Amino acid sequence: MGELRLMKGNEVIAEAAIRVGVDGYFGYPITPQSEVLETLMARQPWEETGMVVLQAESEVAAINMVYGGASCGKKVMTSSSSPGMSLKMEGVTYLAGAELPCLLVNVVRGGPGLGTIQPAQSDYFQAVKGGGHGDYKLIVLAPNSVQEMHDFVGLGFDLSFKYLNPAMILTDGMIGQMMEKVELADFKPRWTEEEIVKMSGSWATTGKTADRDRNISTSLELQSEKQEVFNHKLQAKYESIQENEVRYEKFMCDDAEYLFVAYGSSSRICQKAVEIAREKGIKVGLLRPITLFPFPNKQINEMADQVKGILSVEMSAGQMVEDVKLAVNCRVPVEHYGRFGGMIPSPDEIVEALEQKIIGG
Amino acid sequence: MDVKDIIKPENIAYKKTDVLTDNIMHYCPGCTHGVIHKTIAEVIEEMDIQDKTIGVSPVGCSVLAYNYLDIDWQQAAHGRAPALATAAKRLMPEKYVFTYQGDGDLASIGTAEIMHACNRGENIVVFFVNNAIYGMTGGQMAPTTLVGQKTSTSPYGRDVELNGHPLRITELIAQLPGTSYVTRQSAETPGAVRKLKKAVRKAFENTAQRKGTSFVEIVGTCASGWKLSPVKSNEWMKENMFPYYPLGVMKDE
Repeated sequence: MGELRLMKGNEVIAEAAIRVGVDGYFGYPITPQSEVLETLMARQPWEETGMVVLQAESEVAAINMVYGGASCGKKVMTSSSSPGMSLKMEGVTYLAGAELPCLLVNVVRGGPGLGTIQPAQSDYFQAVKGGGHGDYKLIVLAPNSVQEMHDFVGLGFDLSFKYLNPAMILTDGMIGQMMEKVELADFKPRWTEEEIVKMSGSWATTGKTADRDRNISTSLELQSEKQEVFNHKLQAKYESIQENEVRYEKFMCDDAEYLFVAYGSSSRICQKAVEIAREKGIKVGLLRPITLFPFPNKQINEMADQVKGILSVEMSAGQMVEDVKLAVNCRVPVEHYGRFGGMIPSPDEIVEALEQKIIGG
Repeated sequence: MDVKDIIKPENIAYKKTDVLTDNIMHYCPGCTHGVIHKTIAEVIEEMDIQDKTIGVSPVGCSVLAYNYLDIDWQQAAHGRAPALATAAKRLMPEKYVFTYQGDGDLASIGTAEIMHACNRGENIVVFFVNNAIYGMTGGQMAPTTLVGQKTSTSPYGRDVELNGHPLRITELIAQLPGTSYVTRQSAETPGAVRKLKKAVRKAFENTAQRKGTSFVEIVGTCASGWKLSPVKSNEWMKENMFPYYPLGVMKDE
């Protein structure tokens, strides 16, 4: 068993980054995620592993530092919260277009605009459907515990390097700020330059040696014919990710007549709602998407064979519900229940929404 | 005597550096980019740092610089090159990292990134090509466009009331303690190119010595954007650009 600690979600992102051998973190303060940068600055990992940590002049600069570092084949990451993540979107689409691996963490707060500093899940569309311009996708992981905040740092980098695509941890102020017990991974050394050249030598800008052509990290292709071919290549990659990387969790689904679909914080609250509903004799289960892209379309569709109705529960005005509806394809009723603007639903009001919108509806 | 009898290794007085590729440049006749590319390429060859140099290209005419210098390149979003270079250099401290940016890229949309990279004293080289216009997008006004200068977005000439003053950003950069070497050069004559080459070499050498940021502005021409012939462009540059953007070393520490 690894080292056990009681930690905040944001702090564990920083700790996990050091432990999985991240080369560079580039951040900018914003509530409710500033503890990531603060923890790293206090830990001084450059003394320990050589990891570079830098407070950038803006979120825009931070994401472009990620672009520069990722281009060198390094494990690099940034974190922010909703308004800051909007600023990063230019860089994110460049990273996706240049097929660069990196990890982004969005500790979501309520919006739109400056909004509030309280937790929300209203950045689902931005994370899953694009956010920046062009046809691209991020690999999006949605932790619902401090342990998963830790685990998904490593998983995010693994998937990101496997597919040469940016990965995002989409979490929120609740999980970022809450403390839980976490089992920490053992320290892994950072990659050496030789390892990087061996693994990523076909694209990483480590300096053009005589034995290879120059590497160019770019998203530019002015010839439309070639740009279309490149876009087909990206789409094939996304299909492969959809095929191979869906992750989800089922809770009390075996005998379920109704289903909650919820991710992250909402899924924790829905677990309690399942227990309360079952005490009342309502057989409801929970399907929790762990990957938001790729979305568990097939698994939700299969549940439509079994259940009479589905309630999508989100801390938003209704974003993921669109994907649930597409997965179900009108076979059973699908409704949305959400609190937003920084408000968090109680388990009781979720059960009440199930009774009113699905069972009675 | 046949030409083949003349072209012999012992008779070669000048040879194109191998760091410059054989790709045909897309730059317009009279454009300064080609000479600047060649100068940087020659210095990279002479210092024998081709395998240790990473260039960061901007958005603008020189976005395709990666087609012409045979080194590893990163292509940045508009104005963001110094942020990319910051990370590349910090993550690979033994490499030589430079940005190559135009005046729209560096002095307008990228002011935050260049100021802060220079203020942090990143050990990078910045090549700043100032031709007082947006070339790639078809000759719009830049922050460096001179008062009265006509462009497609200042068709009656730059008006200070409307557009403010031309920005001498290199003078601002020279104030920052993070910079060790700040100079403004040109490339319109063989003599000017020789001076430029010395500046380029010094800039690369400075970063190896971890002296902080080296910043080399090159005042250049944009014959197409200025709607002048190459010869007239050089004359216009000397008459109008040099008085407002005086050449010379501003800082050498």
